[in-house]
This record gives sequence, C-alpha cells and structure tokens, in this order.
Amino acid sequence: MSNFRINLQQTGWHCLTDERIAFIGARLIDPQINLDAVQDIIIESGRIAHIGKFPANWQGERIKAAGNIICPGFFDMHTHLREPGFEHKESVLSGCLAAAAGGFTGVACMPNTDPAIDTPGIVQFIRQQAEGQPVEVHPVAAVTKGRKGEVLSEMVELAECGVTAFSDDGSPVASAGLMRRAMEYAKMLKAVIIEHCEEPTLTANGVMHEGAFSTRLGLPGWPSVGEELAVQRNISLAGYTGGRLHIAHISTRAGAELVRRAKQEGMNITAEVTPQHLTLTCEMLTGYDSDFKVNPPLRETEDCEILLQALADGVIDCIATDHAPHTDDEKAVEFIRAPFGMLGLETALGVIYTKLVLSGKLSLTRFIDAMSVKPRQILNLPAATIAVGAPANLTIFDPNLKWTVDRNKMNSKSHNTPFHSWELTGRAVGVVNRGIVWMIKQALLCYPEQSEVSRPLFQMSASLRSA
Amino acid sequence: MTTERTKACIIDRVGMERTLARLAAEIVERNRGAGNIALIGIRTRGAPLAHRLAKLISSLEGGKNIPVGILDITLYRDDYLISRKTPKVRATEIPFDIQDRAVVLVDDVLYTGRTVRAAIDAVLDYGRPDRIQLAVLVDRGGREMPVAGDFVGKKLVTSPGEEVRVHLEEVDGRDEVIIVELSSESA
Amino acid sequence: MSPHNKIDLEPPVLTHLLGLDGVPEPVITEILDTAENFLAVLERPIPKVPSLRGVTVANLFFENSTRTRISFELAEKRLSADTINFSTSGSSVAKGETLLDTVKNIEAMKVDVVVMRHWAAGSSKFLADRIDAKVVNAGDGTHEHPTQGLLDMLTIRRKLGALKGLKVLILGDIAHSRVARSNIFGLLNCGAEVKVCGPATLIPREAESLGVEVIPDLDEGLKWCNVVNVLRLQLERMSQGLIPSLRDYQRRYGLTRLRLEKAAKDIVVMHPGPMNRGVEIDSNVADGPWSVILSQVKHGVAVRMAALFLISGREKDEG
Repeated sequence: MSNFRINLQQTGWHCLTDERIAFIGARLIDPQINLDAVQDIIIESGRIAHIGKFPANWQGERIKAAGNIICPGFFDMHTHLREPGFEHKESVLSGCLAAAAGGFTGVACMPNTDPAIDTPGIVQFIRQQAEGQPVEVHPVAAVTKGRKGEVLSEMVELAECGVTAFSDDGSPVASAGLMRRAMEYAKMLKAVIIEHCEEPTLTANGVMHEGAFSTRLGLPGWPSVGEELAVQRNISLAGYTGGRLHIAHISTRAGAELVRRAKQEGMNITAEVTPQHLTLTCEMLTGYDSDFKVNPPLRETEDCEILLQALADGVIDCIATDHAPHTDDEKAVEFIRAPFGMLGLETALGVIYTKLVLSGKLSLTRFIDAMSVKPRQILNLPAATIAVGAPANLTIFDPNLKWTVDRNKMNSKSHNTPFHSWELTGRAVGVVNRGIVWMIKQALLCYPEQSEVSRPLFQMSASLRSA
Repeated sequence: MTTERTKACIIDRVGMERTLARLAAEIVERNRGAGNIALIGIRTRGAPLAHRLAKLISSLEGGKNIPVGILDITLYRDDYLISRKTPKVRATEIPFDIQDRAVVLVDDVLYTGRTVRAAIDAVLDYGRPDRIQLAVLVDRGGREMPVAGDFVGKKLVTSPGEEVRVHLEEVDGRDEVIIVELSSESA
Repeated sequence: MSPHNKIDLEPPVLTHLLGLDGVPEPVITEILDTAENFLAVLERPIPKVPSLRGVTVANLFFENSTRTRISFELAEKRLSADTINFSTSGSSVAKGETLLDTVKNIEAMKVDVVVMRHWAAGSSKFLADRIDAKVVNAGDGTHEHPTQGLLDMLTIRRKLGALKGLKVLILGDIAHSRVARSNIFGLLNCGAEVKVCGPATLIPREAESLGVEVIPDLDEGLKWCNVVNVLRLQLERMSQGLIPSLRDYQRRYGLTRLRLEKAAKDIVVMHPGPMNRGVEIDSNVADGPWSVILSQVKHGVAVRMAALFLISGREKDEG
C-alpha cells in the first residue's frame, strides 16, 4: 500500500477522503437511464446520496465541476497487467494507476501471465494486489491450462471464485474441436469466451498487415483473411454450441461484417474494438517504429472506417484498450523481433474523444455506452449507474482539456504508446469507486478556497470495504 | 551579405594571348623541345588553358602533336571530409601513358598550393613521369605549401579580401583576368 | 552572381544510404555519375585514391554474404578507408547482446561509417535512428539492398545509355527479394518501366502498389523488356511450401536460351548472384552474349565507392 501512496504523490494524484463530497455543476450522463443533465451530485459514504439542486444546508467537500462530464465509470475489458511474471513491464498496482489516470474504474486483465491465470489462487492473488484501489480488477482466466491449447482449465472452480470470462488471449485457441468444448463448458457456467481471432497457419511470422505497405517494407504479412476465417469459425461454433462468444480487438472490415451478419441473425455474440484499430493504420509503420507493432496489426483506412461505423451503430459493442505494456529495451530491437503490443489505458479517452466524438463520428452517449455500460454487461458484472442509492462508480472528465501525450510521462511502468506527441482534447480529471474519490491535480484548480488537501491520502468508506 | 567590386583588370584579351605565347615558348625552351612533353590541365579552367598551350607549343614545334589530359582532383583534396558540401566528382581523362614523360600541370591561378599538391599525388597514381612542372596564368601569392610555379604568366600581390578571377572564352565567353574586392556588408 | 560563384557543388541528400525508396532521380544520377569516375580509377595502374584517409568503416554482417562483403571491403580499401569486419550469423546474437548494444560497442571504437547486412527488414533504419555513424544498408532482410540496385542501374545505363523509358523485367522470387525492391524503387524513380514476373506464390501482396505490373508469363515478359534481371531462387522456398520443386519452377520461370531466342530481340540479362545454374538461369544464358553478369560485379565496387565517398563527405547534422 505504502508504495502506491508514493506513486500517487509522484504522479500528481490527490485523494479526497471526505465521506461527504459534492460535485457542483457537472454534466451528468448515464445512457442506461437516459440521463443527460447539468446537476449537482452528492456522494456520501461511497454511495450517491443526492442528484439535483445542491441542498442549502449540506456540509462537506464541494468540488466545482462545471464544464466536466460525470458518467458511469469506464471499464476496460481487455488489459494486460503483466502480473504475475512480467512485473518489469507492469504490475497490478501500476496498471491500476494507469487505468485511474485514464478514467477507468475497472479493468478485466488477460491471463497471459507467468504462470497463466488458470487457478483460483492466481485469480485471488491478482485481486488482492488491487485491493484498496479505486479500480476494480477482474481477472479473465485461461480457456486452457497454461494457455497451451491442450486441455480445458478448471472452469467450474474458477467460476466459483468469481471469474466470468475465459480467454487464451495473446494467442487463439487454435483447435476448433477444443474451442467447441470450451464454449459448451463455459455455457454451462454462463461465462463468456473471449477469443483473439487469428488463424495461425495464415499469420505465421506475420508482423504487420499484409498489403501494399508490408510489400514495400519487406515485412512478413498478417493478412485480414487470417482474422476473417477465425471470426467465422468461432461464430459458427457459437451458433452450434449456443455458447457465449466475445470477439476481442476486432481489426478488419471482413470481421466486422461477419459480426453484423451474425447479430442480424439474432446470435448472442459481442465484439470489442481498440482505439488504435479505429485511428491508426499500417501506413504508420514506414519508420519501422516498434511502438506501432501490435497484434492484430494496424490495418487500412477503410478498415478503420468500417469498424467505426460498426461501433457507432452497435454491431461492435464496446471499446477496449488491449493495453499491452512492454519496456523500451524489449521494444528497441529489430522490428521483426519486437514484441506485439501498445499502451492504451491512459490515452483511450483522449484519442476516442478527440478523433471520433469531437469530429461527430461517434455520439457522446454511444461513447459512454461503449466505454462503461457495455463492457460490464458483456462480463456479467453489476452495472454502474448514476442513481440515488447506487454505489458511486464514476468517471469525471473534462471534455475541453487539451493535453499532449508524452511517452515519458506515463503512469504505466512502460512507455510504448503509439500516440506519443499527439495533441488531444478530453482527459479524465478524476474517478470515484469503492468509496474512494481521486482527483488529478489540475482538477483542484476549481476547488473552492482551499488550495491544499491536507488530510491523509485515503481512507476507505467502511460501508464499501466489503462490497 | 557579401558584395564584390571589380578592382582592376590585370590581363585583357590581347594580354592573355601574349602571356600564353610566352608560357608556351618557355615550356619548349626549358624542356629543350617538345619531344617528351604532355600537358595536364587541372579542372575547371586549367583544361582549356592546357589545350591552348598545346596548340601554341605544337605550332612552335612544327605541328607536333602534344598530348593533353584533364585532371579532376576532387578525390585527392585534403579538405574533403571537413568541407560543408560535397563537391561533384568529375572525369579525369589522361588518354596517354605518363611513364617517363615531362608532365606540365596547367592551372589558372596558383594560390595556396593545395590544389597542386593534390594534382601531383593524382598524377603519380597514373604512373611515374620523368618530371612534373607547373604552368599557371596567375600566381597571386598566399602559399600554404612549398609549391612554386615553373612557368608563371603574371605575378600579383593580393590580400585575402581580394579574389583573382580568370575568365576564359571556352568557359565564360571572354578572355580576361580581374581582381575583385569582397566586402561584408553589415545590415 | 558571377559564374565563378557557381562552384560545382550539388550536394545530394544522402546522409545514410538505407534504401532507394523515395530517393529522387538527381541523387541516384549523382551516385551513378560518381561511380563512373571510380570505374576509371579502378582501371588505373594504382587503382586507389586517398579520399577517405582517416575514415573508419565497420562492415557488420549479421547474415552470411561473401561477395557483398568483399565488394564493400574492396571499395573501402580503394578509397583508403580503414576497415574492421564483424560477422556473425543471426541467431547467435539473439541469445545475448542486442543489435543496438553490439553496434554501439563497435561505434565506440570511433567508427564513422557502418555498413550493415542484417536478416531483419528495417534494421538499418533502426540503427540510423539511434547511432551517430553513417549507415549504409548492405541488405536488410527482405526489404532493400540499395547498392545492388544502384549497381544494376549503372550496368543498365552503361549498356543501354539511359534509364528513362527502358523496360526492365524482374524475374523470380519478388516477395522475398531485397534486390527486387531496390531495383523497382530506383528504376521507377529514374523513369524506367518495370514489370515483375514469377509464380503467384512468390509475388508479394498488392505488388502493383509499388508501381509495377505483374506479368505471369515469362515469354510475354521477354517480348516486352529490354533488360531481364533474374533473381536467385532461395532453395528454402521449397521447404516453405511456396514452390513444389525446383524442376517445376524451372519449367515455367527458368531463363533458357530457347526462350531468349524465341523473343528474337536484344535483351540484356542480369543476375545479382550467386546463381543456381540450371534453375533460374541456364549456363548458356549466364555465359552467353546476353549476359552482363560479370560487369555487374565490377560495377559493384565502383558504386559502393561512390556511395561511401558521397556519404562520408557530408556532415551528419546537415539537411
């Protein structure tokens, strides 16, 4: 814990500990209840106590929040926290810090750790690391033991300790036969299978999207059809088994079309897309910068456009970051040899808001729906809502705050962001969850009268400690 | 901003003719005939000068053919690695064997001596001549190396703020040698 | 400005030589013109100039290549540079030191120019972004091999006079060929037309985006072209399942005397070597009147001299 407090100070976060806090004048948006209004909101003992006009005789901390948006807390259902096994890249704590900095109040972390998340012990270990943080961490457990693609992991026991999703992410479940059994078994537990869709015999050695630019750069290609075939296979298997399938980080127009068709036929499948696959293209690899190396690879402009359309109209359900930290040393090698992955937690809000919401391509309501509401629904987690009596699980962001991404000023342990030096509009200024209110330093500028917060860094609300 | 002003005309068209005729005669005299002479002009303006001298020598020696070569010294410069710009390398044409010949290097202006040093090195990579001599239209002093002209058209004393410009019919459309004064204009 | 102030300086934009993609025609012409002068130097009794005295060149070969290394080494010696050589096969380095550390260590011994052959595409760009020495790409994976492209262009220019408007057919394994890429980029930038010919499994995806036409039939290609550049067929393409057998490849894409005679026109035949005689090219073609293969080798030294010379003469911090 003490470690984390130091981190907080170093990175400019402050924790308001008062159990009675009011945000004055923010715009409250909750797509689940069609709420979009400028109202005051009061939080007492970690719950929303009042929404509406500020009561005259109320005593407690007041934060002037005019100009900010408060919405149900963002949830990233696809994050790599790297612990256990790769703590040099990220830890649960540093990942939580990055998540909070990006406005997320919850993440689902992927099981490609060492050891893989395939036993209740590891699930609990990860949860323990995140205890006391305003960011909930929900481990996604491996589909197969050790993610080796051989035998199913012990899903019943894992589900009993609260796991609601399984994935071998990092690699696909290559065998169709094994995937069939996984879907059947998970269905019995009402759990969702999250699949990284890649046909490995088509993508072997591939390091970037196959097309004009891989040809020009002489880099081995990872063709779109490698995703298309895997998406089709998994949709077919979901149809056959009735299992719940969620398609991770969809990257191709063909993949999006397959999801659209399946949904039109009434199938219960879901899909996510990452900010990078919506805003970056393979053209950006011409400098062989390994910060742009990601799996699935960056595609073409047309793919971005079709993915955005699919996100806007709900074919793709949600936005997930696929936050994948790697150290600079690991990335500073020959492009072919560099690991796949890029940071995402701290830039997702700014990138999507700037590039898609401000440009009018994605509505603000749909953006919040895809960042907060849908991921929790897909994972069968309790909804976060802005309603009196509900636990306060909120993201506060300033839609007008301009900032520049700096790879050297990340809260993550790693720096591998492809958005370095991007000028963005829109940034989280605070999160509220599990009885903790965190505000980024700039936000204190609008704090009335008092210039310093002199109370202990944080103290959880007893009523929510066990929640 | 640098401005320049023509200070004096040292050699005019007629003067050029006379000077070259004298140089040709001196070359023949010093070498006791033209039997073994080959002229090698240093690019850029040494080349046309070499051809003119060869013609003059030939007419002095009863139409004897005098071999002429052209030398580009870029690859032998001593300031190549420190100069700010990359000079263009141009062809060297020495279409004869220089072994045991009396090679006369021809250049327009002799100044620091560095060009001549480079040219001597370059010539030696083509073989071992009997001797190397140097013919220049103008010697303006300012030597940075122990080099002297064997045949000098005109000797001048100049200051570093001055430049000697040789204009030749073949390159510049007229024959003359002028001194220009360079001055830095403060804004 | 008097004509005297127009010193004959045309600085090409050539800080490193990483590839020919995006290198404009004047720069390529400058290199080729300079190489012509080095060809003359190579014919002299003393085929050596002092231009790069004091310059240290490191030849780093992370992939085997005897002839390219020898050609570079000779070029460096002809320019009077000091040379050091480092050779290793790719995988042994993988276990310990990174590429960057290896090169930085060598650079620390005061090296001015790094000539690098590496199995990974983009590795010379990777280095150029991170070290102070100037970098010459001697082949980076399946990306580019610019000095090979330049020497091929010099060979064509010397044989046929000019590059503009010429029709060049590149034959064979286009997908995995850095020679093909450098030729395509360089030739197109200089106004030549290029078509590529080879089995569909060895033509890269969206090859047309490079500005070339894909022509599946070799006889048709020969009818069209002035020059055919035959690429080496790496034998591992069979084990990778890209071609069924050498025999099957040869039937459709082997350059034989019969095919050349059928085309009934003057065609210049090139090959970057080493050749698989009887596979991609027949001996009587390689050694026949069409072939300029040995001139290519000679031109290689001159082109590499030109590249090293022009690169060394420029301050790194200049545009």
